[in-house]
Amino acid sequence: MRQNVCQQPPKERIKNFSEVALGFSKKQAEIEARRCLQCKDPSCVKGCPVEIDIPGFIKLLKEKKRKEALKKIKEKNNLPAICGRVCPQEDQCEKNCVLNKKNMPINIGALERYAADYELTFFRLSFKIKQKLRTRVAVVGSGPAGLTCAADLARMGYQVVVFESLHLPGGVLTYGIPEFRLPKQIVRNEVEYIKRLGVEIKLNSLVGNTYSIEDLLSEFKAIFIAVGAGLPQFLGIPGENLNRVYSANEFLARINLMQAYKFPEYATPINIGKRVAIIGGGNVALDCARVAIRLGSDVTLVYRRSRTEMPGRKEEIENALAEGVVFKFLTQPVRIIEDEQGFVKGLECIKMELGEADASGRRRPVAVRSSNFILEIDTVIVAIGQRPNPLLVKVTPGLKTNEDGTIKVDEHLMTSITGVFAGGDIITGADTVISAMGAGKKAAVEIDNYIKSNIKS
Amino acid sequence: MFKVINKENLAKEVTKIVVKAEQIARKAKAGQFVVVIVDERGERIPLTLADWDKDKGTITLIFQKIGFSTKKLGSLNPGDKIEHILGPLGHPTEIKKWDKVVCIGGGVGIAEAYPVCRAFKEAGNYVIGIIGTRNKDLLILEKEMKKVCDELFITTDDGSYGEKGFVSDVLKRLSGYNFVYAVGPIPMMQAVSKITQEYHIKTIVSLNPIMVDATGMCGACRLRVGNCTVFGCVDGPDFDAHAVDFEELSRRLKIFTEAERKIDAQFNS
Repeated sequence: MRQNVCQQPPKERIKNFSEVALGFSKKQAEIEARRCLQCKDPSCVKGCPVEIDIPGFIKLLKEKKRKEALKKIKEKNNLPAICGRVCPQEDQCEKNCVLNKKNMPINIGALERYAADYELTFFRLSFKIKQKLRTRVAVVGSGPAGLTCAADLARMGYQVVVFESLHLPGGVLTYGIPEFRLPKQIVRNEVEYIKRLGVEIKLNSLVGNTYSIEDLLSEFKAIFIAVGAGLPQFLGIPGENLNRVYSANEFLARINLMQAYKFPEYATPINIGKRVAIIGGGNVALDCARVAIRLGSDVTLVYRRSRTEMPGRKEEIENALAEGVVFKFLTQPVRIIEDEQGFVKGLECIKMELGEADASGRRRPVAVRSSNFILEIDTVIVAIGQRPNPLLVKVTPGLKTNEDGTIKVDEHLMTSITGVFAGGDIITGADTVISAMGAGKKAAVEIDNYIKSNIKS
Repeated sequence: MFKVINKENLAKEVTKIVVKAEQIARKAKAGQFVVVIVDERGERIPLTLADWDKDKGTITLIFQKIGFSTKKLGSLNPGDKIEHILGPLGHPTEIKKWDKVVCIGGGVGIAEAYPVCRAFKEAGNYVIGIIGTRNKDLLILEKEMKKVCDELFITTDDGSYGEKGFVSDVLKRLSGYNFVYAVGPIPMMQAVSKITQEYHIKTIVSLNPIMVDATGMCGACRLRVGNCTVFGCVDGPDFDAHAVDFEELSRRLKIFTEAERKIDAQFNS
């Protein structure tokens, strides 16, 4: 039988911000590790964007060598405690697991987390760096792509400096994903590990403003831009600037980055009402919904398609339902209604039905005529996606972009400026943590090749 | 960490601090701002750069101690450290030769008008300054403003210094100017905007909406300008006064009033 992780019971967890999934016990991990068939040609690895030797680390866990298992993972993945928690394994490694044919894939995510969490309590892993190079590389952004690239370059011997605009490192891992899904202590630990590899992280450094790309090029041989997709999208409906309408980014940044849920112990406030509407169907929308539940509000998630089309992880949808989030499917907001003070007092919606498949392959929602109705709510959180951060691009002459705002790169991830590379959400648009990490790894290899070929010529 | 080098109380509730921040000083331009986090549990507050010194590697912040965070910042002394400062942020004020420029500062906004006045002066403009406060005790930077303005008018609401009335009263009787820059309380900027709109004189206001990251990521500072939603932090802080929806801006500044009262009470107790 597939081992599943224990969770904090819904009734308890909606009263706190502690982690929901509790991870494997030693016994569970051993049972699960023993289930692995140790395939000769493992298909799970092909599903992993950073190609972790999955059977390899599971074998070590089976042999009760937890430290060695972690080392095995870290050969490829610098942030396993994070990936074990937030990767959509069901679409990647576990989907490919041969046991998935019987609907019982190995719980690879939980095993990865089990191996990684060893480092939290028992020891601090570091790698001996064989040869230290003099060459300096700058990484812009300390999210998953930036941290991964920095760590890989450091292990190749480069002197790496990461520039982060916020006052804490981690990017979306810190400001975006809530504590109950990814405890900030985990992020801090992974960042500490990367610092032990010799990476320097410069906080409060907004590249474009505090330093220009030109400034960095005079000091660094190469630059990796990994500034992510942080530009919030709004619906463009009337009433969107009313008080108590938040972008998901603002709501989550107040809660996760600034810890507004501990106000006034922490000085950043949040103002939400008793009845909150979340607009959107992705993981960010689900995160917002579950945060609002924990702040004591009744939460309705409004999504224009049906449950089948929701881009959010199945596990998170189930968690949200268990915590009392009400889902209103096939519902599209058309207007936000204000009270006398300019605060939200309602959300006018229209019912939708599914028509033909659209470009994304999902059935396109079409409005049902005269089906408008009003949801009586007092707070709206808009979680309909993020676009690439435009700030750096705007102030960097010569840095070319595509129409959607993503930075143009060639097959080696190099941008239109020689020596400047880019990867992660800034070139793909909003995507998962692990695909950003995959891009960070590729960038490290490309930057290494670029620097070496430059030295030769 | 950023060390406070100097501190001076300029007026009742108005404090000036000079802080070591070399990289920001190197890059600063008139009209830009920084985000300050006073201590580990602090919030991110945007403050306009009142001055900077590239050689000494310092920046100057002038602020009114009106809320929890500004009171905390104001309680720091030379030698104390500020946890985080990010900047310079926002677009610099567009400085060019207009010929005759009017720069208006209301209240603590005088501190923000000062570097802009200086920049316009350095660009060869004839600069008329108008500064105003509620009363004499709140007036700041009179001497500094005199140095960078060809003419300087001072008003107080109660007539305790300079002429009695508002900065807009002075503006009404001026003529021959072809550009106005105004920074201060919203009603003041609105009044200025109304006057110049009539004469189609280009007027720029520097706005200070609520911000969190101040790098274009959260949208807390969104404003309506010319019927488009823009972000105060990355599209501003300067905007065409005649296109700004001031009503929406003042309404959005009230989102956290209750919380601010609550935490302020905590500071005072």
